[in-house]
Amino acid sequence: MKLVHITIRRFMQNRLAVAAAFVVFVLMVVAALAPFLAPYDPVAIDVHDVLSPPSFKHMLGTDELGRDVLSRMIWGSRVSLRVGFIAIGIAMLIGIVVGSLAGYYGGRVDAMLMRFVDIMLAFPTFFLILAVIAILEPSIFTIMVVIGVTGWMDVARLVRAEFLTLKERDFVVAARAVGAGNMRLIFSHILPNSLSPVFVAATFGVAGAILTESGLSFLGLGVQPPNPSWGNILTSGKDNIVVAWWLSLFPGIAILITVLSYNLVGEGLRDALDPRLWTTDKGSNT
Amino acid sequence: MLSYTLKRLLMMIPLIFGITLITFAVIHLAPGGPVEVETEMQLKASAQAKENLKKLYGLDKPLHVQYIDWLKRFILLDFGKSFVDNRDVFRKIVERVPVTLTINLLSLILIVIIAVPVGVISATRRYSFFDKFSTVFVFLGFSTPTFWLALLLMMLFGVNLGILPISGIQSIDISGMGPFERLADWIKHLILPVGISAFGGIAGLSRYSRSSMLEVIRQDYIRTARAKGLRESDVIVRHALRNALMPIVTILGLSVPGLIGGGVIFETIFAIPGMGQLFYSSAIARDYPAIMGILVIGAILTLLGNLLADISYAYVDPRIRKSGR
Repeated sequence: MKLVHITIRRFMQNRLAVAAAFVVFVLMVVAALAPFLAPYDPVAIDVHDVLSPPSFKHMLGTDELGRDVLSRMIWGSRVSLRVGFIAIGIAMLIGIVVGSLAGYYGGRVDAMLMRFVDIMLAFPTFFLILAVIAILEPSIFTIMVVIGVTGWMDVARLVRAEFLTLKERDFVVAARAVGAGNMRLIFSHILPNSLSPVFVAATFGVAGAILTESGLSFLGLGVQPPNPSWGNILTSGKDNIVVAWWLSLFPGIAILITVLSYNLVGEGLRDALDPRLWTTDKGSNT
Repeated sequence: MLSYTLKRLLMMIPLIFGITLITFAVIHLAPGGPVEVETEMQLKASAQAKENLKKLYGLDKPLHVQYIDWLKRFILLDFGKSFVDNRDVFRKIVERVPVTLTINLLSLILIVIIAVPVGVISATRRYSFFDKFSTVFVFLGFSTPTFWLALLLMMLFGVNLGILPISGIQSIDISGMGPFERLADWIKHLILPVGISAFGGIAGLSRYSRSSMLEVIRQDYIRTARAKGLRESDVIVRHALRNALMPIVTILGLSVPGLIGGGVIFETIFAIPGMGQLFYSSAIARDYPAIMGILVIGAILTLLGNLLADISYAYVDPRIRKSGR
C-alpha cells in the first residue's frame, strides 16, 4: 500500500486541494447535521413574512411562501450530496464492469461493448436524462439512477485502457501461469491496479452530477417542491427575479463552492497520482 | 480524402441504428406506454377508445414489429404527429434547428477566438500572473452552473441596467425596423445566450489548448527551431501552434453534444425557440413522437459534428491525409 502513502503525502502538499477537501468535509457535516443546524423548518410556510430580504431573523431571507432560505439550503445540501455520490456510484459500477470486460477479453466482446459506448456518447446527455425523467416520474431517486446510467461511458473507456496495458504485464502473466482464473485475474489482480484514474474521474463526476441535479431541479424535473434543493430554490429566484435577488444569489454560490471544491480535490488527486510529476518530490529535476 | 470521408460515413450507419434502438427502448420504459399518457387527461376515455388508440399507433403489436414499423417510417422522415398540437414532428424539429445551430456556431466561434489565445499565452508564460489568473477562471468556468450565471446576468443587464432584452430572439415591434435596426436588435437578443453557452466551453478549451501547447513546446523540433535562430514569435506561431491546434479540433467536435444538450437550460430561460426548448416542452408534455424525433436528430447531429472534426483533423494533419486512411 505504498502508493496510498505517496498519494496522500503528495496530495497534502497541494494547499488548494487540501482546503477544498476541507470544504467538502464541512459540507458533509452540514448535510449530516441538517436537522440540528437549520434554524427553521425548511417547509414551514409563513404568509406574514413573504419574500423578506436577508435580516437577523432570516439570515438569507425568505422565499415567496415565507420559508427560510438558509434552512432550505442546509437541507438542500443533503440532496446534492446524495445525488452526487449515489449517481456516481452507479456510473462507476457500470463503467468498471463494462471497461473490465472489454479490456480483458478484447476481440468481439470489446468491439461490441465499445460500439455501445460510442452510441451512448452520441446522445446529448442532457436530452437523454430529460427524456427518461419525463417518462418516469421526476424524483430524487429517478435522478440518481438516470445520471448514473447516462454517465458511465468515460469510466468504461478509462478502465478498458488500463486493462489493455496491465493484462500484458508480468505480474498478470505470472498469476495466470500459477492457475488464476479469469474472474480472479480481473478482480483481484488487474482491477485494483487500474483504479487510480477511476478515483479521479469519480471526484470530477460528483461535481458534474451535482451540477446536473441542480439544473434538473431548476427546470422542475428534479427534486419536487416542497422538498428543498439548491436548484429548485433558484427556480423561485427566477420567478421573483425583479424583487428578490437573494433567492437567486445564495443557492448559486452554494452550488459553485461545492462543485468547485470537488473539482479542486479531483485536480489535486490527479496530480498526486500522476507519476510523471513525482520527480519534484525527491528534489531533483525541478 | 474522399475515400476516408465515405468510410467514416458508412461507419455511422450501425451507430445510427443503435441510436434508434436505444431511443425506442427509452420511450417504452413508460409504465402503460404512450396511450395512458394521451388518455389520462380525458377521464371519460373508455377501454374501447384506448384500444382504438393502441391500434392507431400500432401499440397492440409485439415490440419488435413496432420497432421495425417505426424505423421504416423514420427512414422516410415520417416522425409521426405531435401529441400536443397534432403537427408533423419532423417539420416542428426542422423549424427549430436553424436557431440552435446559429447559437451553437456563434458560441463555438467565440470559444475558439477566446480560448485558444488564452491557452497559448498561459502555456508560453507558465506560472506567470496571466497563467494563474486564467487557471482560476478555468476552475470557476467548470464549476459555475450556467443557468445561475444566466439568472445573474439577466438580473444585472436586463432588470437593473435595463440595456439587454431577457427573452426571445427578436423584439415584438420588429416589423417597423430597418435592416440595420433589425440586425442590432438580433445581436442584442443573442449576446447573453451566446455568451453564456460559450462560458463553460471557453474554460474547457483554454485548459485544453494550454496543456496541448505545453506538450508541443517540449518537443525536439521546437528546440531545433529555436536552435537555428528563429524568432520566438515564429517558433510559437508557425511551429508550435500549428501542431498544438490539431488535437483541439477533435475536442471541438466532441463538445457538440454538450452544446446541443446544454441548450435545453438556456433556451428555456431566455425563451429562445430552439431545439432545446422544444425538447423541454415536449418532455414536460410527454409528447412521445417529438421526444423520439429530437433524441435521434440530436444524436445524429452529434455524430455529424464528430465526423466534421475527424475530417478537419485529417485535413490539417498531413500524416493522416497522405496515408489515405
